[in-house]
Amino acid sequence: MKKVLIPLILFLGLVVFLAIGLQRDPREIPSPLLNKPAPEFSLSTLEGDEKFSPAQMQGKVWMFNVWATWCVACREEHPVLVAFAQKHNVPIVGLSYKEIQPQDEAAKASPEVKLQVARERSVVWLKSHGNPYVTSVMDLDGRVGIHYGVYGVPETYIIDKQGVIRYKRVGVVTPELLADKILPLINELNKS
Amino acid sequence: MKQLFVRGVMRLCAVLLAGGSVSFGVYAQPAAPTAAVQVPLMSSTPAVREAAPMAEDPQIEARLVDISQELRCLVCQNESLASSHAELADDLRREVRDLIRQGKTDQEIKDFLVARYGDFVLYRPEVKPLTWVLWFGPFVLLLVAAVFLGVYLRQRRQQLAPAVLSDEERARAQQWLKG
Repeated sequence: MKKVLIPLILFLGLVVFLAIGLQRDPREIPSPLLNKPAPEFSLSTLEGDEKFSPAQMQGKVWMFNVWATWCVACREEHPVLVAFAQKHNVPIVGLSYKEIQPQDEAAKASPEVKLQVARERSVVWLKSHGNPYVTSVMDLDGRVGIHYGVYGVPETYIIDKQGVIRYKRVGVVTPELLADKILPLINELNKS
Repeated sequence: MKQLFVRGVMRLCAVLLAGGSVSFGVYAQPAAPTAAVQVPLMSSTPAVREAAPMAEDPQIEARLVDISQELRCLVCQNESLASSHAELADDLRREVRDLIRQGKTDQEIKDFLVARYGDFVLYRPEVKPLTWVLWFGPFVLLLVAAVFLGVYLRQRRQQLAPAVLSDEERARAQQWLKG
């Protein structure tokens, strides 16, 4: 009996470890930026020459969403954000991440031309897919992305009134995630 | 719960099918309509593209290679930053190059990346309470195994020890042998 029991227990232990381990996404890397101040930056926006910096959002709980027109997964996420923006009074700021890709023709152009092309492409895309953003900042060289630890698109951050990152999602934001996790968190942060 | 488990099993199958030779970054196919899909920041034609051209200063390049061999590419997780063709790796190399030009030390450069991407970017994680299990776990396991082996061997030796008969037993045995 003992001869069977010990290997069986070891085996079940292995099964438990595998069952938990295999459900974790190896691409999801815990962010060290959680509960740290959101990195400051100043970037041109999609709409015009006025610059945007996170300091302008002081006193508000807001969402920072990394997107691009070339991002396929964003097409799945986008309607969810549009519906969310219509229903809730939570400002969503977009980070247009490396809109001009190295293989694009515009990649070799001057920074001004690149910005222009990126703006045009983004506006057209948002017109057809809906625009959930109060503004979108143009991170053409991906530097701001690096400061935020971005390694894929889409990614989403929740930043509190004091400018501290309280949540990070790598990958698509789903309606379930919004209802179960993000919205309760935002409500909580809005109270304080 | 069941669905999650099925997904885990499917993921295992996908990894096994990939034969381990394909890096993890590849299986997140952008076109697949699952919820967890994420677009890897990889060039769509990685085979065609060459690594970014060397900067003018070979000294900076040498240090860049030195440092980035110790760093993990976030997109193709089994590749170092030095060897990866992923677009993000290009960007991070550019960032490291800039930091070298600014005269930062290797440690400062690593700290810069750890602050943004976590310990995960280091192929050689720092030794600190959080990583003790990682660093010392195998040795602890070895020690435990050695103790078990010692106990087992001692027990076995006792079991295999030649039987010593008591006087009474010996007398009985002799009787039987006389039969």
